[in-house]
Formats: sequence, C-alpha cells, structure tokens
Amino acid sequence: MSLDMKIRKDFGGFVLEEELHVGNETLALLGASGCGKSMTLRCIAGIVRPDEGYIRIDGETLFDSARNIDVPVQKRRVGLLFQNYALFPNMNVEQNIMMGMKMLDMTKKERAEECRRAVEKFYLNGLEKHSIRQLSGGQQQRVALARILVSKPRILMLDEPFSALDSFLRWELEQELMKVLGEFEGTSILVSHNRDEVYRISDHIAVISDGHVDCFDDKKEIFENPYTYQSALLTGCKNFSRAERIDSHRVAAPDWGISVRTSREVTEGVKYIGLRQSLHHPAMGQKDNVVGCDVLRAIEDLNDMILLLRCRGIQETSEFSDLHVTVSKQEWNMLEDKKHVRIYLEPENVLVMSR
Amino acid sequence: MDLFPLWNSLRIAVISSVIVFFTGIFCAYYVAKLPRLLKGALDVILTLPLVLPPTVVGYFLLMLLAPATPLGSWVDEHWSLRLVMNWQSSVAASAVVAFPLMYRTARGAFEGFDETLRYSAQTLGLSNTYIFWRILMPYCKQGIIAGLVLSFARGLGEYGATSMVSGYTPGKTATISTTVYQLWTLNDDHGAFIWVMINLAISAVVLLAVNLFERKDRETRTKAAAAGMRG
Repeated sequence: MSLDMKIRKDFGGFVLEEELHVGNETLALLGASGCGKSMTLRCIAGIVRPDEGYIRIDGETLFDSARNIDVPVQKRRVGLLFQNYALFPNMNVEQNIMMGMKMLDMTKKERAEECRRAVEKFYLNGLEKHSIRQLSGGQQQRVALARILVSKPRILMLDEPFSALDSFLRWELEQELMKVLGEFEGTSILVSHNRDEVYRISDHIAVISDGHVDCFDDKKEIFENPYTYQSALLTGCKNFSRAERIDSHRVAAPDWGISVRTSREVTEGVKYIGLRQSLHHPAMGQKDNVVGCDVLRAIEDLNDMILLLRCRGIQETSEFSDLHVTVSKQEWNMLEDKKHVRIYLEPENVLVMSR
Repeated sequence: MDLFPLWNSLRIAVISSVIVFFTGIFCAYYVAKLPRLLKGALDVILTLPLVLPPTVVGYFLLMLLAPATPLGSWVDEHWSLRLVMNWQSSVAASAVVAFPLMYRTARGAFEGFDETLRYSAQTLGLSNTYIFWRILMPYCKQGIIAGLVLSFARGLGEYGATSMVSGYTPGKTATISTTVYQLWTLNDDHGAFIWVMINLAISAVVLLAVNLFERKDRETRTKAAAAGMRG
C-alpha cells in the first residue's frame, strides 16, 4: 500500500514538479488555491499526462515516461472524489453506485448485495430511487463516496471534499470521512486549503506551493515547527519578518526594528522569523524581546480584540511590517493607552524559517 | 390529389435528419476537442452552408455530383447511376444545408458538458464509448434534440439547393416547397394554397411536439429541484 511519484508537467507559465513517497496512510496536500494540488491528483488518476517522471501505486507502475508506460485512467483503479462530486445527473442514487461496479467481475446478485451494503453504510436507505437533484450536498457526497468505494480502488483521493458544504454539515461529514479513511486499506490523499481539517484528518502533510512540494513532514512537526515561509503561512502564522542571524538563538528582525531572542535554534541560512497570531500579551515588566508598536486599528472579534500594529523602530514599511495580534477583551479594556502597546515576543513562539 | 410531394418531402427530411444527426454529432464531438486554431478554421468550413445562399450550395453540389464531373461520370460508368435529378440527390442537398444547424447546436451542448463527469466515469473504469452514449448524450439531450428538430424543419422546407440538384419532376423529385412554387407559377393559386396549409400543419405539429417535450422535461426538473430544497 504505497504511492511513489516524481513528475514534471509544464502548463506553459506554470510548472508542476513534485516528488512524493507515501505509505499506507493519509497524506494531506495543503496549499493555497492554484498551487497545483488538484492537478497532482489528476496526474495520479491519469486524467492529465505528465511530461516526464513516474507514478507507482503499490509498486505497480502506472506511468513512466522513460519506459513509455501510461496506463489508461480506466485501468488504474484509482478513486477520485471531485469537488462537485461528479454524480451522473441522468441516473438515480442506486444507478450511480452501480456504475462503480460496472467493470468489475461480479454477478448481478453480488452487485445488488454490494450496492445494498453501500446504501446502508452511507445512510442512504430510502433514497435509492431518488434523482441526484433531489439530494442535499451531504447526501451527494455520500453517494459519491459509496460509488468510489464499491469500485475497490487501490488509492483514495479526495479533492477539497468539504468545500461545497456549509459549516454545519462539514463537521458531520468529516467524522464520516474519517471513519471511511480509517477502514480504507490503502494510501489516501486529501487535498485541502483548510489547516484545521488537514490537521484532524491526515497523518503526513505535504505543503504545496507554486507547483512543488515546499515541505513534507509529520503533521505535528509541520504545525509545531514550520521551517519554511509557506508552511508557516498555511498553518496560520500571520506575522513575519526577514531575519539575519546574530547567534544561535538571536536574530535581527529589520521588519520589526528589533533583535529577537528565539528558543528554536537559528541556523546559518535563516531567512524569516514568524510569530503566531494568538496568545500575545502586552509586555508587563519584560525588557528583552519587547517591541513597541503603534495601534493602527483595533478590531473587535467575538471573544477577543484583533490589533493591527506597526513597530515603532522601523526605517521604512514593508509587506511584513504590520503585526496582527490578539488580546483578550479584558486585557484590552484594562489598557490605559490604546494608541500604543508594547508586545512581548515569547521566544518559544518565534518560528524560525530557512526559506 | 397527388400526395407524392408530401411523401417525398417527408422521406427527404427524415433521411437527411438521420444523416445529419450522426455526422453533425460526430463532427461536433471531435471538433470540440481540437486545438483552438484548427477548431476555428474547421468551424468556418462546417458552418458555411448555413450562411451561403442555398442556390450557391446547390451550385457547389452540381459541380461535385453532375454527370460531367469526375465523380459523377465515375459513378455513372461503374454503376450506371446518376447522382443528380432524383430524390436521393434532394436528400444530399437537404443534408448539406441542414448540417450546420445540427453541428452547431450539438457542439454548444458538448462544450457545456461538465468534464468532471467524464473524468469520474473514467476513474470508475467506464469505457469512453459507454461514457459517450450513457452519460454525455443524456446530459446534452436538450441541445441534441433542438438541433435535430431544426435540421428536420430545415430539410422539410429546403428549396434552393434541392431545386438546383433535383429540379422539379412531378412524381419523381417534386417536394412540397418546389410544388408550391410550381403551382404558383402555373397560376394554380388554390393548389398552392393547399400545399402551403399542409406545410403549415406539419411545422405546427413539429413545434408543438418540441414544446410539449420541453415542458415535460422542465416539470420533472423543477419537481426534482423543489424536492432537493426540502431534503
């Protein structure tokens, strides 16, 4: 149960160049829209042909430009859940599920039995004869998943599975999907731009940026210790500064106009440092790692105040010079001076990025 | 009254519609997949009969099929067949004139097809032929039927090209439209009027059938949509 691939595809202006090695687990491709996540799935499925490289599932070569192998989509046995579910509108629920078994070597009775089991498993009882247009978004996703699973794919790929649903349905379907992924014997890939979703569902994460794998690691590692600008950005970090190394635990941060002590080790090639948005308290008593800021705007959120700050020590503003920090309303109300605040950058909250 | 023109017009319209149905869909399917430049060029050529005067189409057909031309003389030599001045040549004329209507509406329908349906069908292992007949065609049903009706109506009323390649021979190549003209030039206003009424009746029946079909289809759709909103 594995996926090994290394592909390159030039779309004219956009180049997809990726290498991935995944075992029997759930991999998430995390990236902003247009970064090439969905295209990666289409290459694996055989819908899009890479210019060069190889794709192997469970050791079997599906594509290899050097050996001139390109197995047609129909013979790849891959399951791909499309963003819009791609159910056939001229068929009812049962007929759609049956389509997944059309090409399998099964008797009519076995098909009917398998279909019945799928209907039961995905809570579709009573909807068998309904047309697709009569279903809610959540039911449509269940039918699409049922249809894929009865086709016995070797790999399960989910392209933004919750993007078409409202937040109320999302949670429920996410729970169901996690159950499906847990039972699925094979590699599965989830494409998403939602960090929370990705964190809950996957084992490993590949951060995709501009057509290539920016970093690939265990999900905990990526969230706790993002070591690239893209991975920090996609895991929710909002404050960045360019960085110049001073020593193993201190960098100069020109965009913030101070030098910053970090608990993470600063390597020679450090490029940026980052500061997570949450959990920052105005400085009380500290002197080191404190930055004085002007408050540009204070935005009231449900529970907190979001402050847009500009560091006072900087020479010129850049794309990084504004800070987003969150303080509790209680703390905000206690502040006497609401035009200027001093922020303590906790050394363990400072992320260090090498690119 | 000799009803031959009615029978002749109907068979010409039916046969040419069948021909145009397959050729139009075939061309639409493959042209829609071509790169842009080639698509544009082929599109112009395939749509030309729609904008050319039918007599010009008839002229080109005569240039191709008349006994004096290479093709015409070759067929005459081998099978002693003439490719013009019979009802079969009217079928050819109607088909050429009606072709762009089928081709264009079908292409429009195919271009509106949700490609993810094709891709998901392929990942489920369904063959391209199966996808074409059981998923693409039902999806594009509306457009295809509209094109077919337009082609049939065009074939039924075709005059210019038909009169050039088949002429008017009572009991042999006479169609409703050529008969109306012939009777009118002979000052038989009454006879012409009868054929005009017959033509009107056929057109009305065809349009009515289309409307009925569309309404039924729309009703099932709205019903389904309403149920979907409830569910």
